[in-house]
Amino acid sequence: MGAKLTVVVVEEDRDRAVAIVDALREATDCDVFVVGNSSALARRIAAHEPDIVLIDIDSPTRDMLEELTLASGPIDRPVAMFVSNSAGGLAQAAVEAGVSAYVVDGLAPQRIKPVIDTAIARFRMVRQMRTELAETRRALEERKVIDRAKGLLMKVKGIDENAAYSLLRKTAMDQGRRVAEVAEALVTASELLR
Amino acid sequence: MRTVALPVAYMPLVDAAPLIIAQEMGFAQTEGIALDLIPAPSWSSVRDMLAFGRVDAAHMLSPVPVAMALGLGGVSTPVSAVMVTSVNGDVIGVGRALETRLRAQGYEFDFANPRAAARALARAADGPLVFGVPFPFSMHVELLQYWFDGTDLGGTEVTIRTVPPPLMAQALAEGDIDAFCVGEPWGSVAVDQGSGALLLPGNAIWSFAPEKVLAVRTDWAETEPHPLRRLMRAVWRAGQWLSRPDTHTTTAEILSRKAYLDVPPELIDRALHGRFIISGQAEHRDVARFVEFHEGAANFPWRSQAKWMACRLAFRHGLNAADSMARGAAAYRSDLFRAHMPIEVDLPGASEKVEGAILRETAVASQKGQLTLLADSFFDSCIFDPDASD
Repeated sequence: MGAKLTVVVVEEDRDRAVAIVDALREATDCDVFVVGNSSALARRIAAHEPDIVLIDIDSPTRDMLEELTLASGPIDRPVAMFVSNSAGGLAQAAVEAGVSAYVVDGLAPQRIKPVIDTAIARFRMVRQMRTELAETRRALEERKVIDRAKGLLMKVKGIDENAAYSLLRKTAMDQGRRVAEVAEALVTASELLR
Repeated sequence: MRTVALPVAYMPLVDAAPLIIAQEMGFAQTEGIALDLIPAPSWSSVRDMLAFGRVDAAHMLSPVPVAMALGLGGVSTPVSAVMVTSVNGDVIGVGRALETRLRAQGYEFDFANPRAAARALARAADGPLVFGVPFPFSMHVELLQYWFDGTDLGGTEVTIRTVPPPLMAQALAEGDIDAFCVGEPWGSVAVDQGSGALLLPGNAIWSFAPEKVLAVRTDWAETEPHPLRRLMRAVWRAGQWLSRPDTHTTTAEILSRKAYLDVPPELIDRALHGRFIISGQAEHRDVARFVEFHEGAANFPWRSQAKWMACRLAFRHGLNAADSMARGAAAYRSDLFRAHMPIEVDLPGASEKVEGAILRETAVASQKGQLTLLADSFFDSCIFDPDASD
């Protein structure tokens, strides 16, 4: 007890990894290592003999970490998902923030908490940024498709831009679909007919 | 009737079909529910979503509820398997290096004989053999271990390692694994990508292996019997529909959609029809009952199946066998299945059977006297008596 905690963060994206590592080093007294995704993940993690492993809940490589929970696995000290051995509220918060933590069995909850709290805050931020980025991208894509659909209608029907958009919107409302969906259907169909 | 939305987590696999079909073909709607199907990136994620209440039900690997009851793995929330959603459906395959060595010794790739495959593999191994599986608690692991124990591979050094199916090809290429056991379509994907060849279908090892279950939190099953009943009935009817051969093409088309498996329908078709292309040399092999969603009381959660898994897990993880079997059996809810199935479903008289004892289709004692069970034999002809004391 009392020795520095060793934390391994599984993260492929360099910028995200750096952000998480910095936050952890600042908030807690621990050694942090970053491991990228690989098909030999469990063994690469085990090499660091970590006390805590943090991984994005959406990472498809998470299942590899399940081997760490077995006594016969690559770490001789079995780890548990921290949820099962410490205060419940923390677990829920972590899962919602998108981080899952694997903690060596028997580690005192008060030593885990600062690390997990920091990780939760950081993962939440990263997740928000990612969602925002995805939303922005989607909106841009949709706008592009709607513009192309408007252009098609204007050319074929000889109407102006406002009339073209009204037509798209009316069709969408009539069919109970989104404007972007109608626009995409129109663009796809026109490409087929070309 | 008011429609109740139920969030359900699943892994995008061919054997998620009963849930996807229940929603897409209107069986859920008939029961007054709408399934909000949430694809998961990993099995741990499916389990956590269920355990922490993000979803009410999940498509789950059959040994997971048993392992959780035994306290194995990270999470120990009590979870119940209320029905089996699919029987069989895995394939065992080898990477290109092993395929080449197997061909060099004249191995036929018959895709049928587990002993011959093991003998050839043991001869072809030039060091420890590493098998990739999707999850540490899975029928994949159980089938492999059972196969190793009863064949020439028992004398070969073999390791089982967890590799997510999408990374299987990379793991083969990098030499992290030599072979794999996965659920479809991942075996066929490996063949089509040129990263391996298929050696055996899972049912060559155990001809009636429960593969996936419908799992719910045990407390939810107690407090929400009505949504549970509707969900179970919708999934059961989907399985019945899936068992008709004329639905396979439609099923493959629906499953192939981007929102679900996002692979060509032709790849999904192979598992549904049991017609495989097993190597880059376009060799065809047919497998009867490669995956079963309905026939032979496939959906009945036999307590003896849970005991078999508990017994195997207990042995490997150094737990008390009798205690583990009791706890594992309690996670397979044949009681809830009996309580919630529609009246036309014929139920077996018992909730346990001697696993491996049915050698061909056999009529058994049931409520209506019309039930036929399918062969459930192990390749080594051994039987598992759930009541035996040892």
